[in-house]
Amino acid sequence: MRQWTTIAGIAITALLTLFLVVPILLSVYAGLTVNYARGISAGFTFEWVRQVWDLYADTVWRSLVVALLTLALTLLIGVPGAYALARKGGRFARAVEEIVTLPVAVPGLALALALILSYGGFGTFRKSTLFVVIGHVLFTLPFMMRSVIAVLDTIDWRTLDEGAASLGSPAWRRFVDVILPNVRPGIVAGALTVVTLSIGEFNLTWMMHTPMTKTLPVGLADAYASMRLEIASAYTIVFLIMVIPLLIGVQLIAGLTERRTKS
Amino acid sequence: MNAQAPVNAVRSGSSITTRRLSKTFNGMTVLQPTDLEIPAGQILVLLGPSGCGKTTLLRLIAGLERPDGHDMIRFDGEDVSGVPIEKRNVGMVFQSYALFPNMTVAENVAYGLKIRKVERTKREAETRRLLALVGLEEYADRRISAVSGGQRQRTALARALAIKPRVLLLDEPLAALDAVLRERLRVEIGLLLREFGITAVYVTHDQAEAMAIGDRIAVMQKGRIAQIDMPQEIYHRPANDFVADFVGTMNRIAGRVENGVLTIRAGETMVRLNVGGPDRPTTLCFRPEAVRLTSASGAVVARIAAATFFGATQRLVAEVTPECRLQLDLPSSLSFTPGQIIPFDIDPAAILEFKARA
Amino acid sequence: MDSRRFDLFLILPLAIFTLAFLILPLARLTVEAGSGPQGLAGFFVILTEARFRNSLIVTLILAIATTVATLTVATVAAQTLANRKFSGRGLLLSMLTFPLAFPGVVVGFMIILFGGRLGLVGSVSKSLFGANVVFAYSLFGLFLGYLYFSVPRVLLTILAAAEKLDPSLVEAARSLGASPLAIQRDVVLPALFPAMYTGGALCFATAMGAFGTAFTLATAIDVTPMLIYTEFTLATNASMAAAISIALGLVTWAALAIARSRAMRDTKGA
Repeated sequence: MRQWTTIAGIAITALLTLFLVVPILLSVYAGLTVNYARGISAGFTFEWVRQVWDLYADTVWRSLVVALLTLALTLLIGVPGAYALARKGGRFARAVEEIVTLPVAVPGLALALALILSYGGFGTFRKSTLFVVIGHVLFTLPFMMRSVIAVLDTIDWRTLDEGAASLGSPAWRRFVDVILPNVRPGIVAGALTVVTLSIGEFNLTWMMHTPMTKTLPVGLADAYASMRLEIASAYTIVFLIMVIPLLIGVQLIAGLTERRTKS
Repeated sequence: MNAQAPVNAVRSGSSITTRRLSKTFNGMTVLQPTDLEIPAGQILVLLGPSGCGKTTLLRLIAGLERPDGHDMIRFDGEDVSGVPIEKRNVGMVFQSYALFPNMTVAENVAYGLKIRKVERTKREAETRRLLALVGLEEYADRRISAVSGGQRQRTALARALAIKPRVLLLDEPLAALDAVLRERLRVEIGLLLREFGITAVYVTHDQAEAMAIGDRIAVMQKGRIAQIDMPQEIYHRPANDFVADFVGTMNRIAGRVENGVLTIRAGETMVRLNVGGPDRPTTLCFRPEAVRLTSASGAVVARIAAATFFGATQRLVAEVTPECRLQLDLPSSLSFTPGQIIPFDIDPAAILEFKARA
Repeated sequence: MDSRRFDLFLILPLAIFTLAFLILPLARLTVEAGSGPQGLAGFFVILTEARFRNSLIVTLILAIATTVATLTVATVAAQTLANRKFSGRGLLLSMLTFPLAFPGVVVGFMIILFGGRLGLVGSVSKSLFGANVVFAYSLFGLFLGYLYFSVPRVLLTILAAAEKLDPSLVEAARSLGASPLAIQRDVVLPALFPAMYTGGALCFATAMGAFGTAFTLATAIDVTPMLIYTEFTLATNASMAAAISIALGLVTWAALAIARSRAMRDTKGA
């Protein structure tokens, strides 16, 4: 017997799914049609995708480079930082975590503005891709740190560290030999999140970019404003191709770790 | 039993000396100034309830906690108070084992040797030898998650022994195991430690485990050592009420001694115990097994409330008065029924007397 | 001591980065906000000047409406999906969470495809009623866009909580004769409150700061982040942009802080 509440729930969920998925399908369809206004009868083509590649390939490569540099920096800063906060514990660690997490709460535009006001004078830095990377690190670092801290909370890292110490292992070696391998699920999940967020970041990047440092979402905004619908859609397809595998990866890893902690 | 460490054991490891060793956490003294002398090769068990400071004492000896002052811990006379654990060369077996989940059983055992840059073939041979010693050769390449609790425990022991530590420190190593396994492993560990002849400090809250493993037992209470002695002495000559209660079962008869006789009034009857000494209020204590049935006059008389079968013996709960209940161990060949009245003697040599409790 | 030096070595990169690229710039932003022609009064311009005040009010209304709608839809969907096994569940969940990674501009474009001049709704309505319904560039379009990027995040948060809910609680309530609505009110929702606070606050904060969607839809409605952008790039009024940024940042940060303390209190109370 099904209650009306169950049926209503299923109906709302189904509508929600349509609302979220149909536009994605529409953009894929629009990017492959010869003429969107004329519909299916006009036929399909890869011409728009090819044109997008000619026009915007550099933004795709730049987004990848920015994402990888962002990842490298968040790994370098976030993983030791997360472990340091776990070791330190207490009020100080919570305060630091609060500050570091600020970029999640503060609007990206405000952060970008703050960075431009502070470093706009350093011409070479301001004009370099590195400037955009710094913005992305600022925004993604909390996600990397939270992901690592979440795993640290589930393993008894203090006893593992003491165990390794009792065997004569110096502090840095315990970090490399014992702590890092055991927080790997958190690092991998964090890394995928960081790369995904970096590739899709717009709010900060739109303010921070220069004509020479356009990323994919900046290019997209450009295309949406000035190109015909088919090209905008084809460009969106390129973006989806880059991001969707990463999202699926995040989910697979989340599922894996969940199963591991349950067993 | 194990009154002394076996004389044929090869002595290895260092002696441990503590001098007024104390530890204060945020103004709370968890370990009062403690003097301790553990000769090389001896197994000392730290026994006590949770929060008594036994784990803190162990962690201080290990170098996982910093003592309040300098020159408080010495290994073979050498001050190690400021030496961090990684330079102290102690073997440590943790309650949760602290095995590295990212390594196999063999890799765990070999880790300390790898840190010490022991050359590969030698390292592997040594690892194999230790795994054989704890009966884990077939499990060498298993992941930690793929071996049982008892096997993890043995891996942890092998890993701690592999580095040829100056002292071996065990923090409730059997607490995470079920009762049957615990009983078997405590015999095995006792034998293994004696074979190695290593200085060991073993923390537990289980008195049976303490008796089985310790050359000496230090019973701890509220941050200090209440008594430190051989197991037999602890059991038969507890230094105070607390030790008497913590180690085994203790019967108590409270009353007043007048003219050398303790008198308990039980309705019409009077129970008299000849104890001697000056007039005083007192509590007399004795173990359940320190009694025997008798028909002689002047025996203590009690009514049986319940009997529990233990195998070779049975434990009776018997009332001298409604306020004075005793536990008595008698051979299980005798048969009793609840309500029955039995006369018995208490072995005078087994009677202990502590100052009356405030 | 060795271990202290190691702790320092761990935290150093984080400390340097945070100081140089977060604390210093935010301080600079504050100084800039106070150094405009109005001086310290610049901080309050968002309240005193009608154009800015109206923008803040519209943005607040939009963010609150988005939060309420998102929480409602996500709570229903989360309960429908929790602990229900069916084939394709994983795929469905993946599709529901894809928009998580979409920047605001893409979301804006999705809304254009949905309700724009060449949009799906318009072409359907045209063939049915002969009228092209276009809503993408209105406040409603903006609202739908915000809903689009908010739902996945909140849905995931509430779904996690709903899956942890002990089904025997609901069964116990049913055995006591509680109606479905009473069960919702007395058993299920209280258990989901912490997740709803957290998810709702994140949703509100994101909606307050969202920029890309409004940018793509190019509506006549000036949401506050749009205002920051136009003040800075078109009017080149950096101190005004900074003051609005700080006001906006404070609102979002406060919303998150309040929600977190409430969520924590609820978790402890349970």
